Amino acid sequence: MSEAAIEATELVREFKKGPRAVDGIDLRVEAGEVYGFLGPNGAGKSTTVHMLTTLLPPTSGTARVGGHDIVREGPDVRAVIGAALQEAALDPFLTGAEHLRLQTALHGIRGDDAKRRSRDLLARVGLTQAADRKVGGYSGGMKRRLDLALALVHEPRILFLDEPTTGLDPQSRSALWDEVQRLASDSGVTVFLTTQYLEEADVLADRIGIIDHGRIVAEGTPEALKAEISRPTLEIIPAEHGELERTRDVLARFGEQATSSPKGAAVRLSQGEAQLADVVRALDAEDIHVHHLQLHAPTLDDVFLEKTGRSLEGAAEEEKAEATEEVAAA
Amino acid sequence: MSGGFWSVARAVAWRNIHSFFTNPAIVVPSLLFPMFFFTAFAGGLSRVDQVPGFDYQSGYTTFVYGFVLLQASTFGGIFTGFSVARDFESGFSRRLLLAARNHGGIVGGYWLAALTRAIFTVSVITTVALIAGLDVNGNAIDLVGLYSLAVVVNAAAMLFGTGIAMRLRTMQAGPLMQVPAFLLLFLAPVWVPFDLLTGWVKGAASFNPITLVLEAGRGFLAGDPTKVLPAFGVALLIAAVTAMWARGGLRSAERAA
Amino acid sequence: MRRATLLVQVGVLARRSVVRTLRQPAMVVPSLVFPLMLLSINASGLDSATKLPGFPTDSYFQFALAIPFVQGALFSANSAGTNVASDIESGFLNRLALTPLRRLALMVGQLAGILALGLIQAVTFVLIGVAFGDGIAAGVDGAVVIVVLSLVISLAFGCIGAFVALRSGSGEAVQGVFPLFFAALFLSSMALPRDLIETDWFRTVATWNPVSYMLEAIRSLVIEGWDGEALALGFACAGGLALIAMLAASAALRTRLVRT
Repeated sequence: MSEAAIEATELVREFKKGPRAVDGIDLRVEAGEVYGFLGPNGAGKSTTVHMLTTLLPPTSGTARVGGHDIVREGPDVRAVIGAALQEAALDPFLTGAEHLRLQTALHGIRGDDAKRRSRDLLARVGLTQAADRKVGGYSGGMKRRLDLALALVHEPRILFLDEPTTGLDPQSRSALWDEVQRLASDSGVTVFLTTQYLEEADVLADRIGIIDHGRIVAEGTPEALKAEISRPTLEIIPAEHGELERTRDVLARFGEQATSSPKGAAVRLSQGEAQLADVVRALDAEDIHVHHLQLHAPTLDDVFLEKTGRSLEGAAEEEKAEATEEVAAA
Repeated sequence: MSGGFWSVARAVAWRNIHSFFTNPAIVVPSLLFPMFFFTAFAGGLSRVDQVPGFDYQSGYTTFVYGFVLLQASTFGGIFTGFSVARDFESGFSRRLLLAARNHGGIVGGYWLAALTRAIFTVSVITTVALIAGLDVNGNAIDLVGLYSLAVVVNAAAMLFGTGIAMRLRTMQAGPLMQVPAFLLLFLAPVWVPFDLLTGWVKGAASFNPITLVLEAGRGFLAGDPTKVLPAFGVALLIAAVTAMWARGGLRSAERAA
Repeated sequence: MRRATLLVQVGVLARRSVVRTLRQPAMVVPSLVFPLMLLSINASGLDSATKLPGFPTDSYFQFALAIPFVQGALFSANSAGTNVASDIESGFLNRLALTPLRRLALMVGQLAGILALGLIQAVTFVLIGVAFGDGIAAGVDGAVVIVVLSLVISLAFGCIGAFVALRSGSGEAVQGVFPLFFAALFLSSMALPRDLIETDWFRTVATWNPVSYMLEAIRSLVIEGWDGEALALGFACAGGLALIAMLAASAALRTRLVRT
């Protein structure tokens, strides 16, 4: 078996006065793969990335990135990786071009090679026009694109992206997704992407690891993970808003309540599509008129719910307070 | 909070005072700076009272205390202006303007808060000064005069700061409040009596209304009231002007809310 | 693995440090204007103090000219600390940590910004002193020594600011420490010569306070000319403080820049 791009065995990170942020992670990412690391805030995603990028030593366990041990061969790991971490990590008083000049110089790229590389990267991320403006005046999307360009300066084989589209508008997000897909398909770069957005993981990742409370609770391709859960979600919008409560009560007989639009009620059908007819008959028996009915295929949130007993969106709020404690403990 | 002037003022004042006393990052600097000045200059410059022509009888510690009292009163008001700016920046003031029927009560509340903060700060500094040898020769009436003057100065500073805060509605207005106050305070007989000033500062001090206030304050401390009426007159005039300034600021904030 | 030489790394980081400092007028201008404003006010306001027996000069301006050099250094401390804290809070330090950056280069690079601001301040204050005062008694050579000493003082306080930022990771902590620097300046022979300070405890504190010797060294060049003892004490205090602060900042950087 050829060497994996990223391989971790029983990786653990503890902080003082806190629970284990990462509690024994095993993972293997093949070269050229886009691996999505999905989980709510505070699940341990960023801590894992910090360890794999050598910014944080693990408490125990081992990992190899690009064929190098993250503890004993830190400089060699850093030579083959690029990282765009959770913060855009830019100096607001420098221009985009100055950032690239700094980055190329620190990586030992000089002269014409540095100029060409900077020019190409700026064009690639669509920042040529804005190159001589101070980064303090950039939009969030522009900062993220510059962040990505800086991570690619030394043509790394492995790229870590820690929640790269958090806070971006849909257009900027879409542009960043396109770039990530291009990197993986055209340049064969291995991408390790952390995200709390289901759609992002679904669209970008070849394989997904779902992390909760510092452990990987599920791993596989998006299709395989969803196929494990054969419980679709049924959403009903009643004709009269006053019937919403009764609609909810009826649906509750067929499974757990799921997230719905404000005008509707939704349920995860415990026995699958076959229950659809029963639901319609039950609504009819209660004289509830249906304005709109939709059946959704299982989502990654369903997978998360199945594995952890919580919805990913609901888990986000719960984890927020824990994440704050972890950071303070660090 | 839909009541009249005083119920609005009490509510606003309570919040500001509570915030002041529960936030060390606000309390500590407001105490530290006047105490630094007092300690450094009463301690470091005390021999200045031996300069020929230095005719203040109550000693240099008391001479410096007069300035520090004025400084604490002034900046107590200015720092309340900072609080007003902070409230606007956070959006809290919009809620106040919507909830309170009597908007004047909002300014009244900030004034009560400024006064409370100044009383606290002055009490602490006065205690330290007494331990350090503050020699007060004024009688009870002189002291009433002294601290009444301090109250008027505190109100004027607070109204000035509030007027700026309500017009600009951002913490970045801080320097616009601080710098004029700083200049008014320091272009006055800070270290030596007026007659011992030289150069351009003497010229500036002769036009500076704060000079009158400072000399009257020192007169009260020495038990030798001097320029009392002009000092109160000028302080009350400044307070009246800054009250109108604050009122204009309030109108500006109401339009923007 | 490609890696820039130490010199190249120091060069690019120094350039960045200088550029970002100079692009913040809100940091540069007050560090020049405020000390000069105070000098002007105090020189006029306290000129009568020169009539005290034993006062070393008949111009308070000449006496007080040393103060802006130290005040400017305190602003350098604030600027350095704030810049470092901002790098930590924004994650920029992590970005640098992911490059083949040597820690020494980062330290030296940061210092360049401090020294650039310190140089502007020192030259400005010397020129003001010459233009509005009675000149520098030690002449042009003395002015150069003042600039050099001023740079060492800026370095000392700048490294203290950087140390606070690296230890705390917070700009607020740097701002919180700023008043302590001013306390150090106030509790010195800033306003009167040490032998004319009447209050015993104050004189004792000023005697133990290294800032007094920094002021007195500069003052000696301005008022008297060449005073070997004053210069030796001034440079020893400034240099000693700079060395301790640099070592402390370096140790804090080692902890902050934890890379495997």
